[in-house]
Amino acid sequence: MTVAIFSALIGHWRRNPLQLFTLLAGLALGTALWSGVQAINAEARASYDNAAMTLGEGRLAQITARNGGPVLQQSYVALRRAGWNVSPVTEGNLGPVRIVGIDPLTAPRGIAPVSVTAGGGLGAFLSGRGQIFARADTLARLLPTRAERVAAPGIAPNTAITDIGLAQRLLGRDGIIDRLLIAPEQPLNRPPLAYIAPDLVETAPQVGSDVARLTDSFHLNLSAFGLLSFAVGLFIVHGAIGLAFEQRRAMVRTLRALGAPLRRLIALMVVELAILALIGGMVGVAIGYVVAAGLLPDVAATLRGLYGANVSGQLELRPVWWLSGLAIAMGGTAVAAAGALWSLARMPLLASAQPQAWAMARQGRGLAVLAALLLVLFAGVAVWGKGLMAGFVMMGALLIGGALALPPTLTLVLRLGERRARGPVAQWFWADTRQQVPGLSLALMALLLAMAANVGVSTMVSSFRLTFTGFLDQRLASELYVSAKDATQATAVEALADGRVDAVLPLLSVEQAVAGFPTEIHGTRDHATYRDNWQFLRSVPNVWEALARGEGVLVNEQLYRRAQLDLGVTVPLAPGVTLPVLGIYGDYGNSVGQVIVTELLFLRLFPYDTALRFGMRVHPAKIDDLRAILRDELGVANTAIIDQASIKAASLAVFERTFVVTAALNILTLAVAGFAILMSLLTLAVMRLPQLAPVWALGLTRRRLAAMDFARAVVLAALTGALALPLGLALAWTLLAVVNVGAFGWRLPMYLFPLDYVRLGGLTLLAAALAALWPAWRLSRTPPALLLGVFSHER
Amino acid sequence: MNGKGLALFIFLWLPMHSMAQGFAGLGSAAEDFAVPQRSTVLQFPADHGAHPQYRIEWWYVTANLMGSDGIPYGLQWTLFRSALAPRDGQGWATPQLWMGHAAVTTPKAHFVAERLARGGIGQAGVTADPFFAWIDDWKMEGPDFNHMRLTATAPEFAYDVQLIAKGPLVLHGQNGYSVKSAAGQASHYYSQPFFQVSGTLTLPEGQVPVTGSAWLDREWSSQPLAQDQRGWEWFSLSFDSGDKLMGFVLRGDTDYTSGTWISADGTATAFPNGAFSAFPLTRHSVAGREVPTEWRVRLPDKGIDVTVSALNTDAWMATSVPYWEGPITVAGSHAGVGYLEMTGYDN
Repeated sequence: MTVAIFSALIGHWRRNPLQLFTLLAGLALGTALWSGVQAINAEARASYDNAAMTLGEGRLAQITARNGGPVLQQSYVALRRAGWNVSPVTEGNLGPVRIVGIDPLTAPRGIAPVSVTAGGGLGAFLSGRGQIFARADTLARLLPTRAERVAAPGIAPNTAITDIGLAQRLLGRDGIIDRLLIAPEQPLNRPPLAYIAPDLVETAPQVGSDVARLTDSFHLNLSAFGLLSFAVGLFIVHGAIGLAFEQRRAMVRTLRALGAPLRRLIALMVVELAILALIGGMVGVAIGYVVAAGLLPDVAATLRGLYGANVSGQLELRPVWWLSGLAIAMGGTAVAAAGALWSLARMPLLASAQPQAWAMARQGRGLAVLAALLLVLFAGVAVWGKGLMAGFVMMGALLIGGALALPPTLTLVLRLGERRARGPVAQWFWADTRQQVPGLSLALMALLLAMAANVGVSTMVSSFRLTFTGFLDQRLASELYVSAKDATQATAVEALADGRVDAVLPLLSVEQAVAGFPTEIHGTRDHATYRDNWQFLRSVPNVWEALARGEGVLVNEQLYRRAQLDLGVTVPLAPGVTLPVLGIYGDYGNSVGQVIVTELLFLRLFPYDTALRFGMRVHPAKIDDLRAILRDELGVANTAIIDQASIKAASLAVFERTFVVTAALNILTLAVAGFAILMSLLTLAVMRLPQLAPVWALGLTRRRLAAMDFARAVVLAALTGALALPLGLALAWTLLAVVNVGAFGWRLPMYLFPLDYVRLGGLTLLAAALAALWPAWRLSRTPPALLLGVFSHER
Repeated sequence: MNGKGLALFIFLWLPMHSMAQGFAGLGSAAEDFAVPQRSTVLQFPADHGAHPQYRIEWWYVTANLMGSDGIPYGLQWTLFRSALAPRDGQGWATPQLWMGHAAVTTPKAHFVAERLARGGIGQAGVTADPFFAWIDDWKMEGPDFNHMRLTATAPEFAYDVQLIAKGPLVLHGQNGYSVKSAAGQASHYYSQPFFQVSGTLTLPEGQVPVTGSAWLDREWSSQPLAQDQRGWEWFSLSFDSGDKLMGFVLRGDTDYTSGTWISADGTATAFPNGAFSAFPLTRHSVAGREVPTEWRVRLPDKGIDVTVSALNTDAWMATSVPYWEGPITVAGSHAGVGYLEMTGYDN
């Protein structure tokens, strides 16, 4: 009997290949974007972990210079000779590749690619021409050196590991160490760090690598996109399954009348759906792989430029994302089919076997109430909620509520149109359009979500870009930035620049906990550069004058939000030194808190620190000369002199790459929604014949009917798009003002981009028009016999 | 003859050595290193310092100690130098590598630590006068070679002891020229076996004041073992009579042995291959290897026929180049204490 039932179930799909295709394609497309995004995220995370492992960042405490400059080699040796089990790291970029120099003799276990043990290869690493270890693709990008190249797949992307001596030579940084790794096991009787090297500070191992935290916002955006695409796909699947079950009610009744037990019938249907979900999921994972592989180079370039995060441009087939792709395909199918199976299970044996003709319309009122409740929930959380969780609740309530509100709103608008319509054809057009709403509602909801997501995400990305470039202008007010390698060179740099430039602004900073949060303390020289360029979120009147008098400090938004350091609240900086907050400034892209004090106060608080970095105000025409003098007379490396224009150009180039990714995802989600419309229209086309036949019989040509069908799809898409705009803007606001604050500690100002929305609206109409084209064409070619047949088959 | 040094030497150099043989006729870097000469007369204090033109060298202290409660302890402090090329230099590019091993053995536990460093940046090195040998915070230093302070620290233990020499330096072989195989491989080798020790061990259970005796070995060479030699046993025995015996067995197709009898007044008598002998009596399983921890040691010329037994059979040195090294007790024709080192027991 099982075989018989199963073949009857399969028979349905054989007779309706289009429905089968819709189901599989919906699943595949939804899964594709989801697993594609997951693949990109997984690759990026693996790269971060790899980097953290390679460089010991993830699990080892470190020692760095308090002022952010280099660690002197004498300090390293002094620490070793005092018993500190530390190991030096020198790093820098050689062309496009990050070179990391380590000492294999002192490196904690797992850091060095060679060892002292048998066959450890220490000799070749340390002597002769030396060795450089990296992944094969990194080696290919490495500039030519005399050292032997060794392929090592376990090393972080775009990173090459070599002996510290060779690294210092290659990077032109003799005797310079950037940081010391602290081995987990330390000997007894070790004196405190401050006793041996007071200019060095110890930082605890980072929980989750720094770069992973910085890039979280980026990955969150990608994930949101993936999830929305999947939701859109799910609408398609839900529609296809709903329709299939409707049409199979007669078959189910017959089978049960023939004695098939309900339980077994349901079980077999579950098996059938599971198989279909698996097939759709696998196709989706395959497409997702292609999408991810295509996008990954751009994503990698964005992450490298934006956060300095090295991500491999090559995709690996990681179980974590393809398994999750399959799981979500199965889970999604289960969710989409649950309702249909439930109603089937409760169907009385002798109930009408007729399809219930898309029961959506009957549920209309209930759904409208639910939509209203969800939108009220959104508004409520928006007013009273706080934090990341609130943000996600708001996004969920907004998107589901918005989607559910679509059919009643459309019906309402179409009723208005109908009332305004003149002449019977126009009236029929509006009435018939309204009648299509229930059948098309799932596809239209998908379109609504796709466009709303696009509006939301592109508003967020564009707002971020605008804010960030403005922020760069404010922060990079000096024309030239110079880093000295030590205090001696710093003094020489300052002396040399004096008189040659309009102003030298030393950049002093130390890391210290403030109010229990990791914080950078910066010392600032009183200068018009800051007054002219800096903007505050909030500040007391004459804030710079007050700061110059040492009456208080400035804090960044992150610290203000985390530690509730509002204007006037006092900040403890050192024993006996507590000053009120004078101003709060935006500090985008930063993850830690910041406090700004005057240069004088800074030098009093941290007498060991001298400025190694300087901003220089200088006429742009003089930059090249100054650069040459610094290089020739003081030996300042070219890489240590950066002009403002190139930093900005590099930052903006990064954003362009980000837009490539966003635009690609926009197109993909809209394509999925367009596909949903196409499939719905094709399905409806068959069911609609009995409604069209009388109109045709009254004298409307097939061409005209087709044109009206096409117009109907475009009108519905236009109305949906108009509703998607406010929904998308609400989504953008949620992302900027709630999710961002919860996740990263700063709020981005929201800007509107009307041209973008017009373009997106155009794309939405285009997607709908393309989707409607073929069904309309088919309608115009419907054989008259088929239309006539409707009257003879009157059911 | 101490094992770890040679073992390190082999690990660092075997791959390149065999490569050099592959390019037969092009010559090998080995030829650039100085080679021990029979005619060399050792000069002190200069020869207490490093010999960077030789490939391998060590400063090796082992001590048999006792706490005030009568519990016996063993202590080891070793500094190895291994050169990748026969030159010295400043900075990271120097070819001189240093390795330190420290250990404390109790009847129930064995603590080991290792340090590695490069010369040229000041992290490790040896100066002869005043004498100062160090790697990181481990030090052996003093105004002269007869009065020294020896320190080491590790996560689980530390020690700080004073060494005072109560006898003269002893030159092994022929005026410090010690032959290691029938084929003529040799090293420069002298000892200071007459150190009196007092100081403190820091162990997990607390600080332990100790006293006892220590034996310092100095050796440098450039030549590897003969092809067939797989490892060795090295014995340093201090008899209750005040006499001492150093002997080693190099295990090969045919064993090669050597010994030096040191009378209580410091007079040394070198014995040729075959005079000294050692036979394993009991094997013990440690770190996945079967290692003999009880030996019958004989030097018939001096009437020596003793059984030596490990104080702690688990005295395995789980370092980069692993080996067994620990204190022993001597019984039989003569009674005493000493140290035993065994290498080449691969699993």
